[in-house]
Amino acid sequence: MTYYTPPVDRLWWTRRRSYFVFVLREFTSVGVAWSALLLVYAAKGNEIPVWLVPINLIALAACVFHAITFLSLAPKATVVRLDGWRVPDYMIVGGNYGLWLFASLVLAWVVL
Amino acid sequence: MTTKAKRRTPEPYLWLLFSGGGVIAALVLPVLVLIFGVLAPLGIGDPAFPSWTRWILLIVVFLCLAHAAHRIRFTLAETLRLPHRLLAPVAYGLALAGTVVAVIALV
Amino acid sequence: MTVLEVSRYRPGIDAEPVFQRYEVPDNDDWAVLDGLNYVKDSVDGTLSFRWSCRMGICGSCGMTVNGEPRLTCGTFLADYDGVVRVEPLHGFPVIRDLVVDIEPFLEKLSSVSPWLIRSGEDPASEFAQTPAQLEAYKQYSMCINCMLCYSACPVYVLDPDFLGPAAIALAQRYNLDSRDEGDRFDVLSTDEGVWGCTFVGECTSACPKHVDPAEAIQRYKLTAAVRSVLPWVRL
Repeated sequence: MTYYTPPVDRLWWTRRRSYFVFVLREFTSVGVAWSALLLVYAAKGNEIPVWLVPINLIALAACVFHAITFLSLAPKATVVRLDGWRVPDYMIVGGNYGLWLFASLVLAWVVL
Repeated sequence: MTTKAKRRTPEPYLWLLFSGGGVIAALVLPVLVLIFGVLAPLGIGDPAFPSWTRWILLIVVFLCLAHAAHRIRFTLAETLRLPHRLLAPVAYGLALAGTVVAVIALV
Repeated sequence: MTVLEVSRYRPGIDAEPVFQRYEVPDNDDWAVLDGLNYVKDSVDGTLSFRWSCRMGICGSCGMTVNGEPRLTCGTFLADYDGVVRVEPLHGFPVIRDLVVDIEPFLEKLSSVSPWLIRSGEDPASEFAQTPAQLEAYKQYSMCINCMLCYSACPVYVLDPDFLGPAAIALAQRYNLDSRDEGDRFDVLSTDEGVWGCTFVGECTSACPKHVDPAEAIQRYKLTAAVRSVLPWVRL
């Protein structure tokens, strides 16, 4: 018997919207790495030149997209059960977003 | 197949770094990039890291780079079909190098 | 009339699959599977496909319908406009027409020891469970082994050695069962096990039984990671 094995589709991630969004989500990490190094540069006391602002805006968008997706997918790994009752996902996601807002306010207060 | 040989894999530790970095990046990066990377260059505000935050910043940078290395490694493996044996050392090596540079710059 | 464009592969005759078109009568209550059975009974008896229960519980009629992995018994022709393209489940070797090789999948299922592992004597009486203990794993027990999640998973399609969504969800079905005393760590915490998953999430979208294999995998990642760092901790 000869089975037919389909060839590997190298462009699989362009075939479906959800696959493309997945790859986009994963590549937000480039923006995360850029942002981390940018903060080191700034913490050294350097002025960040204006011409970097467009790149930083892209990095900012990547970081925000990362934050939204990462915080909203977190309840998949952390299923919380209290006395047999499963805490619904929206509460965990809501808690995460609340924490994000709180951390942002504290950080703004610290550095400004 | 129930008697699969026990193999040690570094993946759980790398995944913990990836996850920890993912949470930290989500919580701290958007606001800091907005303040330092966009608003300050445009002349809005005059932000600075207080000196006591340096060590915290270094840990944040390390975790963010580890997170990025992990994701980029897997995404390149899946899209460009490059082998993990090649990608893993390069990706985590660069993350480590970036952290060392950060330590040298800030300490 | 609805036109079905069906992938045909006849081993020894075709080098690779070719599409063949069949016209089937319009019936509001016909699923894709009814269309295929009409072709088989009245047009072309050589067409091969798997099916059994026609009610979404046997898990044997999974195929790719217009590019999406679907149970053909629960996918209705009336929901599509124009030509309906039916292919075998993507990501699996094709034996003939719409029939794919399920042997590797069955091996994966058995590799996670999908049964209650108990030490000691056979119990003389049943093990009672509270509703909460049942609820802890019930969702994962709804899997019908239809393999749609594998077909939707790019990690599996790229690397057929990946243990995959259903097998890991099934492992969790037993891991989270209060009666189970087994340990599936050595099978699950491997590069081809949970660590191969990059959480695309399409397994969960494809699942006709709402098992949420993506969740099962992420949960075990956390379990295995914590255990790797703190070996005495059992989540």
